[in-house]
Amino acid sequence: MGNVTRASADVQVSPVSQEMTGPRGPKPRTVLSRRNIMIYGTLIMVSLYYMLPLYVMIVTSLKGMPEIRLGNIFSPPVEITFQPWVKAWAEACTGLNCDGLSRGFFNSVRILIPSVLLSIAIASVNGYALANWRFKGSETFFTILIVGAFIPYQVMIYPIVIMLREVGLYGSLTGLVIVHTIFGMPILTLLFRNYFASVPQELFKAARVDGAGFWGIYFRIMVPMSLPIFVVAMILQVTGIWNDFLFGVIYTKPDLYPMTVQLNNIVNSTQGVKEYNVNMAATILTGLVPLTIYFISGKLFVRGIAAGAVKG
Amino acid sequence: MKALRVVFAASTALCAATAAQATDLEVTHWWTSGGEAAAVAEFAKAFDATGNKWVDGAIAGSGGTARPIMISRITGGDPMAATQFNHGRQAEELVEAGLMRDLTDIAEEGNWKEIVFPSSLLDSCTLDGRIYCVPVNIHSPQWLWLNNSAFEDNGLAVPTNWEEFVAAAPKLQEAGIVPLAMGQQPWQTTLAFQTLLTALAGPETYTKVFGDKDAELAAGPELTKVFQAAATARDLAKDSNVQAWNDATNLVITGKAGGQIMGDWAQGEFQVADQVAGKDYTCLPGLGVNEVIQTGGDAFYFPKVGDEAITKAQGELAKVMISPETQVAFNLKKGSLPVRGDVDLSAANDCMRKGLDILAKGNIIPGTDQLMSADSNQQVNDLFVEFFNNPEMSAEDAQAQFASIISSAD
Amino acid sequence: MAAATGPARWHRNLSAKIAAIPMIMTALVVFIGGTAWTVLYSFTSSKLLPKEKFVGFAQYERLWSSSKWLISIENLAIYGAFSLIFSLLIGFVLAALLDQKIRFEDTFRTLLLYPFALSFIVTGLAWQWILNPDFGIQQVVRNLGWENFSFDPLYNPDIVIYGILIAGLWQGTGLIMCLMLAGLRGIDEDIWKAAKIDGIPMWKTYIFIIIPMMRGIFITAIVLIASGIIKVYDLVVAQTGGGPGIASEVPAKYVYDAMFLSQNLGQGFAASTMMLLTVIVIVVPWAYLEFGGKRRG
Repeated sequence: MGNVTRASADVQVSPVSQEMTGPRGPKPRTVLSRRNIMIYGTLIMVSLYYMLPLYVMIVTSLKGMPEIRLGNIFSPPVEITFQPWVKAWAEACTGLNCDGLSRGFFNSVRILIPSVLLSIAIASVNGYALANWRFKGSETFFTILIVGAFIPYQVMIYPIVIMLREVGLYGSLTGLVIVHTIFGMPILTLLFRNYFASVPQELFKAARVDGAGFWGIYFRIMVPMSLPIFVVAMILQVTGIWNDFLFGVIYTKPDLYPMTVQLNNIVNSTQGVKEYNVNMAATILTGLVPLTIYFISGKLFVRGIAAGAVKG
Repeated sequence: MKALRVVFAASTALCAATAAQATDLEVTHWWTSGGEAAAVAEFAKAFDATGNKWVDGAIAGSGGTARPIMISRITGGDPMAATQFNHGRQAEELVEAGLMRDLTDIAEEGNWKEIVFPSSLLDSCTLDGRIYCVPVNIHSPQWLWLNNSAFEDNGLAVPTNWEEFVAAAPKLQEAGIVPLAMGQQPWQTTLAFQTLLTALAGPETYTKVFGDKDAELAAGPELTKVFQAAATARDLAKDSNVQAWNDATNLVITGKAGGQIMGDWAQGEFQVADQVAGKDYTCLPGLGVNEVIQTGGDAFYFPKVGDEAITKAQGELAKVMISPETQVAFNLKKGSLPVRGDVDLSAANDCMRKGLDILAKGNIIPGTDQLMSADSNQQVNDLFVEFFNNPEMSAEDAQAQFASIISSAD
Repeated sequence: MAAATGPARWHRNLSAKIAAIPMIMTALVVFIGGTAWTVLYSFTSSKLLPKEKFVGFAQYERLWSSSKWLISIENLAIYGAFSLIFSLLIGFVLAALLDQKIRFEDTFRTLLLYPFALSFIVTGLAWQWILNPDFGIQQVVRNLGWENFSFDPLYNPDIVIYGILIAGLWQGTGLIMCLMLAGLRGIDEDIWKAAKIDGIPMWKTYIFIIIPMMRGIFITAIVLIASGIIKVYDLVVAQTGGGPGIASEVPAKYVYDAMFLSQNLGQGFAASTMMLLTVIVIVVPWAYLEFGGKRRG
């Protein structure tokens, strides 16, 4: 904090920059302040860039194939058709089953919910133990875990097939949930460990003095204080698991195949006609679930939770 | 309700005198596009008619996507009942490891040795005299596809062979047409080279190079000619900015490109765009020089399972797949050629007929999948994708590298 | 902490030890076990199935004489360096902007994050179109009158990896931004008040006070980005398939191709062992300093 006092000497304080230093201050009254133009201008520019591919995808998904063959990807559709969307959801064929993405939707949900819950539960407890209740060897296991984050998934396919076969879980939903939990563990554990480590120590000590134990502190102090990081973990896991294709298809059987198998089959056909409009519609449809969750859970990014807890 | 079910059961039993009871059979394959799925449906229909049930496990993307899944399932001890592989050496090790079912008795009973034509198809299913797979179709890669109007509109005759095509190229370029469309994926560039090799140096050279791994021949003057032709092809394709093969085919269909070297599956694209063979487009097997067909294709393998009912149903499926009716129905939908010569394909179109004629004449060569290991094939792929994309790589360099790959190939 | 300094009685911290069992099992059985298995079989001539036919270092000799592998490594280095720097930079700046009590924060956050929800396969396809010289940006600009405008990263072997970088950053920075935002939200409001009272300009507060306080978040972000970089595969396959030629090959693709296209497991394992070795050389000393020593205040 030595910088604070030293730096204060050479600051020119103008009304505007004073506003700028206080992101947590009251809302600025003037709408068109320099600060606002800069912030909103940048955000809008960046958002436009981020939306360009989505624009291309949506526009393409609303065109018929003859129009796509003409080739201008940016031009809006001359004749809007929703047929690609209908086809992607309900008609596109996966081999003999012509019911589009809808076929695997429920399976994806069945895989997603337990996998996300279990992986976040285990990893947050791991992170909490590592940050606040270290024991002999805990850091060594953690280091191994971090190195594990860098192993390409493909390399682990065969060893895990063998392991699951040996414990009799190969081909089952439980096996797949475990695989997702394992591969989510390194990053999630790191995420929670580092976040919990930044929680003020006084809180933890005070709770210990009050007689709270491992689980008590976890549920009553750590979890409520860490909603934003739980949201990040959820974003990470929901997307990863929802979009997973490889594990879903290798460690289960056709009656459990997730939606991405249909997506892959629609998008990735190597022979035959590529229906780009259906591909784009299928991708956007598949992405809707994570998107919805981002939007809803994003509200949990409430500011000031940590600050409130410190004061309280 | 119960009564109804009894009636159902009884009627199924009547229909299927051979099958004691209905067995669900999970079949994995990578046929997912429209035409492919329609073809698979013919298999399923024929199989379901035996009183069993086809459970479809389609996974798109042959090499990178479907294969690890199939292999994992088989080694994980929970295999599907039947699975597609390109025949050739892909499944060799699974057979050696005793994971695949021996079909020899079924093959003998059905007299496959007599009916499968060309017989080399069955050879690739055979290991140590035992038969392990059912060949179902023939796909040939050696074709040149041309847009007729691209030539005619510029005052050119539609070429009838590679040399005429090359000679016509400058005029196309003047008219702003890319002479040769070519996708950027490795297998496409290898396909183009192999086609040039068979067409310009002849099928014998092809067999010696890929089959006998004759490195001396690979380094010799015969191949130099081919490599120079490949350099020409590279030059003709330099303005073709597409990745996927069907995007390249689309350039031909729309007249942005004059032609494309691609397998007979390209025909599906022309058909969907309502093009008529002979009128809107022309197909030249073997580049119009050496009319040969490579007998690559697909085959089905049956992993060993403990369950007796499934084992029995596997046998049923194998028989169904090779029966004349199924062969015709399947291959007409698939646009490929049947594996037996004794069937009637009067519904075939112009290009398919050309293929059938060549097949009947016996102008066939084995696919590189049958001749070399996947590893060596991949090395060849890597070389040609680099060659076709790097104008600075000379034909001599490429040939030297090619010869060295061939000398160590297995 | 509390326990680390206390007497090492086994039942002390018992809950923590029990809670850590899944982690310990994963570390020992899956990661150590699986890695050992991989390294072992990298010394064999395994093709389609793992077989114990040992061939010494033959797979490694072939690996290092392969130009495809060398190009892969070079690409990874370029992609990795730029991806790491820009992901952190863009992610942090965007998070800081979103943290200004702005209106429509939810909308902006979702807009910046949505690419993360889309599959790589189609992300690659969409970018492949946008960057295609014949009907993408280049053509649009040319139609506007700049006839000589040239922008074809995916078709130019010298810059193709940057074309992939554009799509990679587009896809991944949103998550980093969220992570940074979570970190910013965890910072005590009193810090800001103190800095404001001292009259420190905002950018200085960020650089000298806030970022050091977000050390943990930055480390998480770096590990997240870096592990993603090492594993980059789908994007390359979807956008360029490794082309033009072999100009955009990456190590993970080399591993995958070797294992499943070439059906040469031994070669794939050798390549992944090299990748892992590099990671261990870099990560283990750092992890030891970071996590192994005494905890920093």
